[in-house]
Amino acid sequence: MTMTFTDIHMPPRLLAPGGTPSGHPAQVLRRIAESGLTGRGGAAFPTHRKLVAVADAGRRRGRPPVVVANGAEGEPASHKDRTLLRLSPHLVLDGLQLAAEAVDAGEAYLAVEDGATSLEAALAERRDRLPVRVVRVPKRFLSGQSSALAQYLSGHAGLPRDQRPPVREQGVRRDPTLVQNVETLAHLALIARYGADWFRSVGTPSEPGSALCTVYAPGRAIRVVEAPFGMELHRLLPLDGVGAVLVGGYHGTWLTVAEAATRTLTADSLGAGVLIALPADRCGLADTAHVLRYLAIESAGQCGPCLNGLPRIAAAFRTLAAPGPQGTSRRDVARWAGLVEGRGACHHPDGTVRLVRSAFTAFAAELDAHAAGRCTAPDRSPLLPVPGNRS
Amino acid sequence: MAAMELGIDWTACQAHGLCAELLPEHITLDEWGYPLLAKDPLPHATLKRARRAATDCPVLALKLTSRQGS
Amino acid sequence: MTDDAILWYANRATGAVCLVLFTIVVLLGIAVRLRGRLPGLPRFGTVSLHRTLSLSAVAFLALHITAAVVDSYVNITVLDVLVPFVSDYEPFWLGLGTVTLDLLLAVLVTSLMRERIGQRTWRAVHWLAYASWPIALFHGLGIGTDAGTDWMLWLTVCCVAAVLAAFCVRLAHAARESRLTPAELLRSAEHRTAERAHS
Repeated sequence: MTMTFTDIHMPPRLLAPGGTPSGHPAQVLRRIAESGLTGRGGAAFPTHRKLVAVADAGRRRGRPPVVVANGAEGEPASHKDRTLLRLSPHLVLDGLQLAAEAVDAGEAYLAVEDGATSLEAALAERRDRLPVRVVRVPKRFLSGQSSALAQYLSGHAGLPRDQRPPVREQGVRRDPTLVQNVETLAHLALIARYGADWFRSVGTPSEPGSALCTVYAPGRAIRVVEAPFGMELHRLLPLDGVGAVLVGGYHGTWLTVAEAATRTLTADSLGAGVLIALPADRCGLADTAHVLRYLAIESAGQCGPCLNGLPRIAAAFRTLAAPGPQGTSRRDVARWAGLVEGRGACHHPDGTVRLVRSAFTAFAAELDAHAAGRCTAPDRSPLLPVPGNRS
Repeated sequence: MAAMELGIDWTACQAHGLCAELLPEHITLDEWGYPLLAKDPLPHATLKRARRAATDCPVLALKLTSRQGS
Repeated sequence: MTDDAILWYANRATGAVCLVLFTIVVLLGIAVRLRGRLPGLPRFGTVSLHRTLSLSAVAFLALHITAAVVDSYVNITVLDVLVPFVSDYEPFWLGLGTVTLDLLLAVLVTSLMRERIGQRTWRAVHWLAYASWPIALFHGLGIGTDAGTDWMLWLTVCCVAAVLAAFCVRLAHAARESRLTPAELLRSAEHRTAERAHS
């Protein structure tokens, strides 16, 4: 079980209690715009722009929008959203009400993989203007993908859809839909309460504010920490005895220790907010191969390039993950990576390609060692958490 | 006339391959039979054939839209 | 020969042609779905042929219906052409023909407007085409006075055999496609790389 307590890198903002969400929608929108808040679900899209776009779509099409608090957290290594919902549900729910008001929404949902009952209890304590429906979504990697989630809430299978028109125009039951990560909504509630300047008092001018990260440090329990953007990664994740660092989760990037030592926490690289330190005695290629199998199985299977490419990439990478002859595997993986990138309804293939290419770069020496018949790591068992075998 | 571009609804595409036959200078097929669109913009002269390719796609996966969103 | 007799022969002849043409149209439609290529033709040839022949079949259907209505020997009115089971003459068997026409009109109209109505709606209506073929067949068997002659019998048997065979291939294809899940493709890809490693 995850022991979650905050490391004090900064005063933990997101442990604030709920308040009575108030503030005229126009004022709230202005504060969000000035704060520079971006989404914490992985894409880091400017929140103000999203709110305005959904509100516009609602007015233009004459249909009240739907707002969805996305706590699905399909990323297996991420614990931040469920931890936030457990420790600060009312902050998230405040943010949901404020966002709903800002876009003049008619319906509100809170999507989670589990923990639905405690959230319903929290909702029962509130006097919200717009009732919130808690929906339990299946435990799949793509459950939290915006269009997949909108499809699921519409009563269809939870599979991604082509983004023409985008979810903000046509989402749940063809209504304009705002899908916002639960952490983003929590920040939104605090900005409405304390203002944009307060929010910007931590972080960097170009990336203001703080973010939750699930941190995997060797020899320590998994922790969810709140840290400001711009903080050096090695302060969040001590690098002694570390061989490589995975930033951003399973659609993220592998970094060598040398690179990780110079990097800071940034919104665009943070992805699902996961930071994993791979101990030096482990094989990064074996771990990557293990994750790639999972990513291949989790493909929605709708789009030809992804359906055909990801299983082949995973199978070929497996030959690179163990010492031995590699044949054409490296070339094949590179070719298939080029073929699946950008050719799908969602970014699942793109994220997988990012992981693969960063593994090729960060573990270049290990790849050559494997080709020569040796593995540099004494412990080849996979470390990264991958949900139980579904195949 | 606004600049047009081709896009593919990947959830609908079933690798029929008609588009590559009808617009060979702009669309080729990958090793699994799925279309690869050239990155360069559609020249005006081929617009009529591009429109036909979109209409003739058996599953209407190929879409011709104006640039910068439809 | 009287005008009526000519019309009667024309009706039976066009009916037989319709059976053959629509049978080929169904086979071509299944060929399109299976991404099959006809020898010597590009891919868009299969789709083109399917479309062209279906329009020709509809033209022959129009002749078939006109001959039946104009012929004064049996009382078939314009209403009977569109509304099933209300005719004086053989209301049930003729009615099946009317149902066929109604279904085919829906297919025709939706196909002409496919881009406007979207693929999903178009496909739902197009499935009705599968239903219209056996209904047309039974219309012909029940109402046709040629039903007993040898050539008509053999023609019917051949058409039924062709459509049944094609339909079985279609079902097998659907079954195979539904098995191609990401997990299954991963399994077979890993199997292939394992085999290559051991060879």
